[in-house]
Amino acid sequence: MADFEAVIGLEIHVQLATKTKMFCSCELSFGAEPNIHTCPVCLGHPGTLPVSNEQAIRFGIETALALGCEIAPRSIFHRKNYFYPDLSKGYQISQYDIPLGSSGRLGEVRIHRAHLEEDAAKLSHLGESGRIDGSDASLVDFNRGGTPLIEIVTEPDIRDAAIAREWLQLLRSTLRQLGVSDCNMEEGSLRCDANISIRRRGEPELGVKTELKNMNSFRFIERGIEAEIARQIELVEAGGRVDQATMHFDPASGSLTVLRSKEFAHDYRYFPEPDLVPLAPSLELIAEIRAALPELPETRIERYIGELGIPGDAARVLGFDAAAAEFFEAALALGGASPSALSGWVTGELAAALREAGHAGVGDSALSSSGLAALAGLVEAKTINRRTGREILVRLVSQGGDPVAIVEAEGLGSVSDADALSEIVDRALAAQPKAADQVAAGNQKAVGPIVGFVMRETKGRADGPEVTRLIRAKLGLD
Amino acid sequence: MSLGAELRALSLTEAIEQIRAGRFSAVEYGAAYREAAGRDDLNAYLEVVAVREGEQPDPSAPLAGAPIAIKDIFCTEGVATTAGSRILANYRPPYTATAVQRLLDGGASLLGKLNMDEFAMGSSNENSAFGPVLNPWDRDRVPGGSSGGSAAAVAGGLAPAALGTDTGGSIRQPAALCGLVGLKPTYGAISRYGMIAFASSLDQCGPLTRTVADAALLSSLMEGVDRRDSTAVGIPGGIAIPNRTDLKGLRLGVPRELAGEAEGIEAGVRAQFERALALCEELGAAVAETELPNAPHGISAYYVLAPAEASANLARFDGVRYGLRVADHQSDLTEMYERTRAAGLGPEVKRRIMLGTYALSSGYYDAYYGQAQKVRTKISDDFRAAFADFDLLVTPTSPSVAFKLGARAADPLAMYMSDYCTVPISLAGLPALSLPCGLAAPDDGGPELPVGLQIVAPAFAESRLLDAAHAIEAALGFDCAAVRREIGVEGARNG
Ligand SMILES: [Zn+2]
Repeated sequence: MADFEAVIGLEIHVQLATKTKMFCSCELSFGAEPNIHTCPVCLGHPGTLPVSNEQAIRFGIETALALGCEIAPRSIFHRKNYFYPDLSKGYQISQYDIPLGSSGRLGEVRIHRAHLEEDAAKLSHLGESGRIDGSDASLVDFNRGGTPLIEIVTEPDIRDAAIAREWLQLLRSTLRQLGVSDCNMEEGSLRCDANISIRRRGEPELGVKTELKNMNSFRFIERGIEAEIARQIELVEAGGRVDQATMHFDPASGSLTVLRSKEFAHDYRYFPEPDLVPLAPSLELIAEIRAALPELPETRIERYIGELGIPGDAARVLGFDAAAAEFFEAALALGGASPSALSGWVTGELAAALREAGHAGVGDSALSSSGLAALAGLVEAKTINRRTGREILVRLVSQGGDPVAIVEAEGLGSVSDADALSEIVDRALAAQPKAADQVAAGNQKAVGPIVGFVMRETKGRADGPEVTRLIRAKLGLD
Repeated sequence: MSLGAELRALSLTEAIEQIRAGRFSAVEYGAAYREAAGRDDLNAYLEVVAVREGEQPDPSAPLAGAPIAIKDIFCTEGVATTAGSRILANYRPPYTATAVQRLLDGGASLLGKLNMDEFAMGSSNENSAFGPVLNPWDRDRVPGGSSGGSAAAVAGGLAPAALGTDTGGSIRQPAALCGLVGLKPTYGAISRYGMIAFASSLDQCGPLTRTVADAALLSSLMEGVDRRDSTAVGIPGGIAIPNRTDLKGLRLGVPRELAGEAEGIEAGVRAQFERALALCEELGAAVAETELPNAPHGISAYYVLAPAEASANLARFDGVRYGLRVADHQSDLTEMYERTRAAGLGPEVKRRIMLGTYALSSGYYDAYYGQAQKVRTKISDDFRAAFADFDLLVTPTSPSVAFKLGARAADPLAMYMSDYCTVPISLAGLPALSLPCGLAAPDDGGPELPVGLQIVAPAFAESRLLDAAHAIEAALGFDCAAVRREIGVEGARNG
């Protein structure tokens, strides 16, 4: 197995969150009564013509720019011809030789192209087969037909399934922060296919690739790619050969099946769509859109690590979660706590408290950015200890309030009066002579019962590190 | 002479004037045509449409309530629209085409839907699923196509004016064969929304009328931008009603490839064309020969590009959402597609779908579609060069007068050559008008039949084109004898 490496490229279809469809003025919808968001255009009635949705084109340009692509000065739509009941015109309007965007990069993965097209309708098959072949009947819901899509194709720069998943999360977070899509995989607004091949390590040539279709969760993507890599390696090691094919991964059974082999590959007979004028965004428009782009995850992570000195893990969490990052920055702006302490609170205790309270984000909670800033400040200044801080945070999340006032009113401040604490430590050492001896002999772990005594005496309000310091000093260890 | 016949002898413009003057009402005018159309023995009409409930003719509207008949390729809400095909035999569109709506908004009354070659593929109207249309000048002959029903209805006195569509000559050629004025505007002048597509980059709608003024009136109402068709840009400055009576200062070019040197132009057509040129000179035009070196390749390029686009445009007729479906409970998806399209589409349509599918196939695209696009560009360049020296170009519209029913039915190539002179203009997207310029006997003998003069203008120069046509029309004094005979007003002069 170590002899092989996988070469993975992704093809991602993202539904753009425009108000209306790509080429008609029907509203976008999900889960609506079938076929109510339709019109003669998206039903492919004779004589109808497509007209491009300007918002979709703008979202397309935003996306391409966010992915570092060059924008084609003049790109055209093509017709991709094939018969299927989910395709009302017998062709899909897509882009072919000149995509809207090309030659980009996101993270470590190069973007080959990004182009606009329309989504197909949704088919459901009645009967046991679950497929169109052998079904009792098939139903078509054209509500989805004509939804604007951007198709993003990467270069084959990914080498394993976990990285594919991670990169896809970065892409999702980037698109969400752009506001061009909600990228909901369960509802199909983000769909991913993977092209997978293997080769012996060091081999420059690419192997024969298979296409893994339509995996609808991040977990399935990782598992599906893993399974396909394993299948290919097993095949080659047994002396077999990988054939070009389109594969389907069944997450329930973990098995892979061939959907279509190469002999049945379509000839889509692409040709320029005569019903649409070329897309020719002006340089001014591109510059305007570029200037209005929000800070995207990749840039934010770099800034947090480089400028704010935030640890990498916390920076990545904040980079992917725009709402959390915004909350973090608002709290930071109030002063009183350091960036790395605050980032620790937001990505650690706060995230846990929100999860526990069943909140999707900090916006659902009662906590204000000034509340968090004050709380982190109290802990950083050792006015309260971290444990007390955590308890107050849980209250702030559910009820809100001012942590300073809470600490004062309830006397939760740390016992930081040096004399008082010193006296309690003396009593603790006297009460736990065996532990004191062990610590004095160099067994750090034995400090527990002594600290426990102090905490009991102070109702948990003593500053832990300070207590440890005092114990060691009194035992003559420092 | 009955009142009805008297009304039907008028041109559309004359009738509107008289309605406004109170000589008769739009209701009487419409009734005269509905009554005549109901007795149609040319097979021009697929459906005569009754006056809509609550329809109130408005004499002050541009069309004053006049009835207009429409080629059955235009979608009309709730009114069957077949495109001459069995696959749409029972199709009732949920919307109305922009061009038709603009006429209705201009005060027209929808008179009926007219027969045509299936999906506008043909030059004789013999490719209709609903039977051939007869030429009112000689019922043994074709009216031309694909707007054959439109031409026969107007020339047969069954409609004052009709809408047609022109992809490679489908307005101009039938207008020529039936002695009418037929205008194909610049590509993009009139919205294509609601016009069932044959070849989207070529299709353009236009009027078939008895006079140039009528053609100008209808076109002026239909042209303009349309938010439902991004290729519709309208005509800058619109279309003025023509009134010119001379051609002074105009330079007319005669492209030798489409006139003098063209093979297959009948002697009678040639003679009438020469006579028209002499008349143009008398009217003050400077007439000289010019060239369009790539025009002879027009037919070859057209019969790659138009079928290629058609192969995609007609893919939607699959039996899934509307129209004919042939399948039983045993049928799978592929079988449904095959049986539906086998039964629903006629032989010429199938031939062109196959041609187009082949031309777009992987491995053949560059040799066919790509090459044809290059020819198209070269033809456009030829026209641009010619219009540097000339204001208008003139050619015969059709190489022959109306031919006998069945004469070319077995020979697709001979049929395709009917559009030899009109196709290059379509490829270049230019406006052109066919004007009746006299009668000539066919080469195979028989009574004299109309000959069309094709006048071609630069893009969006419709007003110049119509002005010149008006001057020639006035000087020629063409007599549309078929209309008089059909209506039964032999003594009177029409138009
Ligand atoms: Zn729609």
